[in-house]
Amino acid sequence: MSADDLLAACEARFSQAIAARHSAAGDATVVIARESAVAIFRELRDDPALAFNFLVDLTAVDYLGRTPRFEVVYHLYSLPHGHRLRVKIPVDEADPAVPSLTSLWKAANWMEREVWDMFGIRFDGHPDPRRILMYPEFQGHPLRKDYPVAKRQPLVPERDPIAQPWRGGGRA
Amino acid sequence: MTGEPARRLSDVAADADIMEIQMGPSHPASHGTIKFNLRLDGETIVDCDVEVGYLHRGFEKMCEQGTWNHVFPYADRLNYASPLINNVGYALAVEKLIGITTPERCTGIRMIMSEISRVTDHLTCLGMAANEIGAISAGFYMLEAREALYDLVEAVTGARVTVTYCRIGRVMADLPADFTERVQRAFADVRRILADCDQLLSRNRIFVDRMAGIGVLSREDALSYGITGPLLRATGLAHDLRRAEPYLHYDRVEFEVPVGSTGDNLDRFRVRFEEALQSLSIVEQALAQLPPGPIGVDDPRIALPDKRDVYGNIEGLMNHFKLVIEGVKVPAGEVYQAVEGANGELGFYLVSDGSGRPYRVRVRPPCFIAMSALGAMLRGHMLADIIPTFGMINMIGGECDR
Repeated sequence: MSADDLLAACEARFSQAIAARHSAAGDATVVIARESAVAIFRELRDDPALAFNFLVDLTAVDYLGRTPRFEVVYHLYSLPHGHRLRVKIPVDEADPAVPSLTSLWKAANWMEREVWDMFGIRFDGHPDPRRILMYPEFQGHPLRKDYPVAKRQPLVPERDPIAQPWRGGGRA
Repeated sequence: MTGEPARRLSDVAADADIMEIQMGPSHPASHGTIKFNLRLDGETIVDCDVEVGYLHRGFEKMCEQGTWNHVFPYADRLNYASPLINNVGYALAVEKLIGITTPERCTGIRMIMSEISRVTDHLTCLGMAANEIGAISAGFYMLEAREALYDLVEAVTGARVTVTYCRIGRVMADLPADFTERVQRAFADVRRILADCDQLLSRNRIFVDRMAGIGVLSREDALSYGITGPLLRATGLAHDLRRAEPYLHYDRVEFEVPVGSTGDNLDRFRVRFEEALQSLSIVEQALAQLPPGPIGVDDPRIALPDKRDVYGNIEGLMNHFKLVIEGVKVPAGEVYQAVEGANGELGFYLVSDGSGRPYRVRVRPPCFIAMSALGAMLRGHMLADIIPTFGMINMIGGECDR
């Protein structure tokens, strides 16, 4: 499906839930609210006409000074049809949380951990909400626009591997 | 630790015959800084938690500090086994956002250099993986082949690894005059070495026993984990972005998309091996049909002016100054562009606010996503199976940890 056909198909299915849409540069994009996110993603994945079986990427953007401040950005791809869709969920600074998609795609596990690590956006229902690229004692979320690029972090005490042997959480 | 008595390893082991060990982050048999938190029953892996991030340099944060062209040197250092593919992927993404296409020759050169990079990447992966399970000579043969290709890359870009070859709308320099002859000589060496390594490894009992049936990931799991590239193709799914969404000139060359059947390490090895040979053929076809012409767009808002104009007239000088100090003005908007990296789908999601600096540069790193499935691939296998499985993922720290 072309970008405009895709948008029309999404509009027909979830017209109430779609807050905005565009197809700039040929990338079909829809903006949805977090309340209906899991149901919409499930439909996008399971509807045979759309069949977005691939969660390609999951990231966030910090639009500091704008309300709502954050956008969580999902890129979906359909192997059977070869089309792509970008889904965005605006997230408010006061309650930075979106539902986790780990029940739909295993790929969401690490990518959501990375967004938590880098932006401080929580993913409700995530089985293993740890930092991933940074260490546990790290303070702040470095990809936020108000995190200074030259900020230093305090030294952390060495962890004793025998006293704290296994900090693994849920299974991947 | 004060207060509570220290736990000893023997106490941990006594818990339930499960031994907890930490492998890495600096382990001599794993190329890449990574830590495995393992729970073992004897030598069988019960659970494996993979810790990444040891090479995190803040790539995405750094990209927000400079102009759009300043990202190219950082992009080299993502997957440093195939830096040219990163360069090309990022350049294509910015060009898609601006809405320009590069001249035919520039596009052709980018495809040639991407494919040479794909071969160096596969040679790194295959050679190191063979080396780590004891086939040291095959490992060094492949490094020799890689060196022949690095010589080609150096002849074009001036550097072996840190190439910084692409610019927005152009490439840094044209191919040298004798490039075709150099390619013929280098490829003859590479083909000879690959044939030797094929004989050394493909039916080698030790090698096959270490690889076959290990690290299997079903096709359903691979899709759910978002795995792309050789790991996905090893499960029998012929998905390759060069075929599915042809970019550059991939629709003008003939090539096959090799696939496996079982999705084990041996299939991954064979898929990469076959892909390297296909890439050599793509380079030769692309060189034969490479048209003459300019290697960059002729647009004063994007391309630096000729040096004669910079030193010769005020317009040229101002143009140069504005482009260097303020950067190329990329229109406000967002774009996602993916290319087929050596490890899978390498995507760039860019957000521009219309100034000369990127507002957000997100890279979708194929091996980070593959690493998230490593725990599942290893469960139930033996401790020693970590090494070939990890080797076949080809985790490149620069790309995985960014």
